[in-house]
Amino acid sequence: MPTPPETTPAPAPRASAEDMQLVRRLRDGDESAFMELVDRYHRSLVRLARGYVSNQAVAEDVAQEAWVGVLRGIDRFEGRSSLRTWIYRILTNTAKTRAQREARSVPFASLGGDDEEGAVDADRFLPAGDEWAGHWMSFPDQWSGLPEQRLLGDETRRVIDEAIDRLPPNQAAVIRLRDVEGFGSAEVCDLLDISEANQRVLLHRARSKVRAALGRYLEEER
Amino acid sequence: MSEPDLTCRELVELVTDYLEGALDSTTRRRVDEHLAGCPGCTAYLDEMRVTIRLTGTLTERDLGAPVRDSLLHAFRGWRRGVT
Repeated sequence: MPTPPETTPAPAPRASAEDMQLVRRLRDGDESAFMELVDRYHRSLVRLARGYVSNQAVAEDVAQEAWVGVLRGIDRFEGRSSLRTWIYRILTNTAKTRAQREARSVPFASLGGDDEEGAVDADRFLPAGDEWAGHWMSFPDQWSGLPEQRLLGDETRRVIDEAIDRLPPNQAAVIRLRDVEGFGSAEVCDLLDISEANQRVLLHRARSKVRAALGRYLEEER
Repeated sequence: MSEPDLTCRELVELVTDYLEGALDSTTRRRVDEHLAGCPGCTAYLDEMRVTIRLTGTLTERDLGAPVRDSLLHAFRGWRRGVT
């Protein structure tokens, strides 16, 4: 029985009380508040920057520069977005500026994502000419029957992580922001300067490929 | 029925829009109707939901000491500048 689809995107959340507390501590020069944020977001910021610039070292540098931007701008933070969104926004602005300097200014939406292959390999479906053309040749597996400990094992997570790393940078950024970090679609569109429709295409391609990788892993050792 | 039935191959391309609530009501109804009669696509949708749930369990590795040190250094520089 299909469940009803989730409702359309909620507006991006404003700063929480916890955010404002962290902001106050930062303004007071509290080192542990800064390191809390760094531990939480730095890796993710570097990965996001990686979608804009030419190599890992530059991405690391962009993230460092963004943190300095966060500190310099903290007095101007008003709480109209969450602190996290505000930090990520500084990162994407910093990364875009750097990409321009590198003469590598490519619109995010077109970064390496012109693959037109389907979500599922064409040979999983009955071919044209068949009475049931376009329907499953054999049904996909029911993963819900698999034991949770297998689904939630470290190896499963490694398979997913590696599948995301193989995606074009824009697809990787969208799936990490949406499905790993839990940003809403409105926030992701705003951060990456892409339309809702474009974001859904990128998310769809990303999720489809991660599902396929997961399928190869989960189904190979039955 | 004016519209032809969706094929499974068409349906798998609509799954994300379906889960995002982005389909127009006619298309959403066609998807629901297809799902109601197709165990294959129902399983596929379930796989997609499991994929999303498992992707949400990824965690970050800890930052290495050199990166933390360098950021701490940047922080102290900033603090000296403002205080």
